[in-house]
Amino acid sequence: MSEAVLDSGAAEAPGTKGLVEDWARDKQVFGVPWGKAMMWIFLLSDTFIFSCFIVGYMSVRIASTDPWPVPSEVFALTMFGHSIPLVLIAIMTFILITSSGTMALAVNMGYRKDRKKTFWLMVATAVLGASFVSMQAFEWSKLISEGVRPWANPFGAAQFGSSFFMITGFHGLHVSAGVIYLLVIAFRVKNGFYEKRGGNYEIVEITGLYWHFVDLVWVFIFAFFYLW
Amino acid sequence: MAAEGQQHPLKIYYMVWILLFVVSFFSYMVDILEFHGMTRWTLIIVFMLVKAGFIIAIFMHMKWERLAFKIAILGPPVAILVLISLMSLEGGYVENSRIQNYGESTFEAETPGHH
Repeated sequence: MSEAVLDSGAAEAPGTKGLVEDWARDKQVFGVPWGKAMMWIFLLSDTFIFSCFIVGYMSVRIASTDPWPVPSEVFALTMFGHSIPLVLIAIMTFILITSSGTMALAVNMGYRKDRKKTFWLMVATAVLGASFVSMQAFEWSKLISEGVRPWANPFGAAQFGSSFFMITGFHGLHVSAGVIYLLVIAFRVKNGFYEKRGGNYEIVEITGLYWHFVDLVWVFIFAFFYLW
Repeated sequence: MAAEGQQHPLKIYYMVWILLFVVSFFSYMVDILEFHGMTRWTLIIVFMLVKAGFIIAIFMHMKWERLAFKIAILGPPVAILVLISLMSLEGGYVENSRIQNYGESTFEAETPGHH
């Protein structure tokens, strides 16, 4: 597949000239493996889904006449006798960034065909992802016990609950799916599945794209839902 | 090299990794230091875009892709800006109609308190 891309003959021009040539020449337009192009297109469609949720949240938050609950108070935790605002969310953010880092290294080790390191880095990423989901479960149960429901809550506008459960729930689902995806690919790397297929480790980069996207969505949720 | 995929020195990943930690810390500080209004919103957006930019460019390797691919993937989301502006107009309109027809909110918050 990747050979076909290089069949165009002449060296690929950079910049706008390259843009025109990629589209105008009788060849495959995107110079990337098909799996990577497909993952990016899936992520593009997912971008629109998350955007719809976040724009919907923006819309109901503007339209609500009831006061919007203050996130730094709602998501505060009492630790060591002090109420620390947003502390769990901050920890979750750092966990997800750490997992993005280990994933980036896993992709690199994959291309170096260091199967052992790739495996362990992917497992580390999955473990961090699982701990993220566990913390989210803790956060959900805390809010539910305080009376936050999709239709009402004691702190302010009713739409707070529906936005919160919808947005963080859909994101958490992505993280959970990502953990499973990571583990499947990690064990395939370990047991030599890709060695039988020409030792091509592009799949680790494709898995990485999904994982970084999950982190990327969290950046936006953190900004618009928790900090705004 | 192109057929071998995206291989880059590890150093750049470590640098972006550290940068993401630092910028996340800054955005958390926006809340801790209790910035409000325009300052708060600007800082939130700036830190968010910096983080998103580095994740896409370096971790997702978009920086090294060809322009045709960059435009195909990063172009379409720009349309979301139209949705954002239409929905904020709509939100403001709905809020006004609610106030005109039902009056101001009479919501009494329990705990935690409100400003």
